[in-house]
Amino acid sequence: MTVNVIFFGALIDAAGTNKTEVKNVSDCDSLKSKILVDYPELNNYKFLIALHNQVVKDNLKLNEGDTVALLPPFAGG
Amino acid sequence: MLSTEEINRYNRHILLPEIGIEGQRKLKHSSILIIGAGGLGCPALQYLTAAGIGTIGIVDFDKVEETNLQRQILYTIDDIGKPKVDCAIHRLSRLNPFVNFIPYNLQLTNANAINIIKNYDIIIDGSDNFVTRYLVNDACVLLNKPLVYGSIYKFEGQVSVFNFSENGDDKGPTYRCLFPNPPAPESSPSCSEIGVLGTLPGIIGTLQANDAIKICIGIGEVLSGQLSIINALTMQFYTIAFERNKNLFDTAPSTLEEFVNFDYSLFCSATKPKNVNEITSDELNDLINNKRNAIQIIDIRSINEEPILNTLKEIQIPFEEIVENRGKINAEKKVIVICKLGIRSAIAIQLLEKNSSLTNLYNLKGGVTEWIKKYKP
Repeated sequence: MTVNVIFFGALIDAAGTNKTEVKNVSDCDSLKSKILVDYPELNNYKFLIALHNQVVKDNLKLNEGDTVALLPPFAGG
Repeated sequence: MLSTEEINRYNRHILLPEIGIEGQRKLKHSSILIIGAGGLGCPALQYLTAAGIGTIGIVDFDKVEETNLQRQILYTIDDIGKPKVDCAIHRLSRLNPFVNFIPYNLQLTNANAINIIKNYDIIIDGSDNFVTRYLVNDACVLLNKPLVYGSIYKFEGQVSVFNFSENGDDKGPTYRCLFPNPPAPESSPSCSEIGVLGTLPGIIGTLQANDAIKICIGIGEVLSGQLSIINALTMQFYTIAFERNKNLFDTAPSTLEEFVNFDYSLFCSATKPKNVNEITSDELNDLINNKRNAIQIIDIRSINEEPILNTLKEIQIPFEEIVENRGKINAEKKVIVICKLGIRSAIAIQLLEKNSSLTNLYNLKGGVTEWIKKYKP
């Protein structure tokens, strides 16, 4: 199963890309673990996870082709 | 009541059935506080002034710099070196003399925030640091004020409306519901460190003014419980929904008294202090009396943070700006970094050591609190 991941803000710089595909993950927790292994720089960042345009609070199941967004806070003004 | 001159001035609003004379009167009877007259604050101020908001308060303690002019289009070359609030009001009064402006040429702290924010119907956050953002959010929650949030990073902006309720319904989610904890300072560089596309704050600040106007009049859909993300490089617009999370209010101040005592600088410095060089109050006193010229004292507390100590007065660089202002730190002398309790200063030293080659930094153990016990009558 493949899930699309899009990065925002400083995560784009940290990951070196604005999107990626992650295979063999079934839920949000396993996706997050996999991402942090693939992009260890992201361990230094706080971010929230959004699925289907909704902030994820629980460990939701993922389906083939889902798009997950990783959003960091930033404070510029 | 609107005068004949005002009815003519606001003609294009009044023509809209959604606004009309009644909507324009609501704008005139509204008061909005803009926190930060920078990239986001400038466009928000220009549109809200033009729209005929009755009273607009502006909080900013900065002076206009040449590097601001690339995006803060309220200012001109004649304004460089002058306080932003004064320049802004001078210019905006020419745009619309029917607006009453109130300047606050100060840094917003938990000591002064409540007395300022309580006077306004709507608050717009155009600040540039996490300390102010959490502080403003918590103050708005305690005072029941809607908070129009905007934030920018390079080519990307976020907009939302926090703590909003329509017709007295339940309050909408807040900044803490979205981001319960601030990031480590080293993973969130500011515009001055990393750059920002000039038009981006123009877009985001204008969207903030847009939602503030809708709230004043009571029309349309407000971005409550929604975070809009705009990428000016790819022109992708992305909106996500989020909910109020009551559990998160446990970590926030729940009374005005708790708010005043909440250490926002510490809360926003996620890193815990590790081992840094230390100096005791006794050792510092000895240095002040015998080798004053061999040391430099840097106070990293907020501007106006009590108590003000003349003996320790030398250079003040607020914690949030310490890395950016590392050039002001003497590389030859023994540098003593001080704060209230010696925790923020230890973190500041860590950040400085990581971001510079300085090795001459010493933390005052126990901070000024410990110092006062011994050396202030």
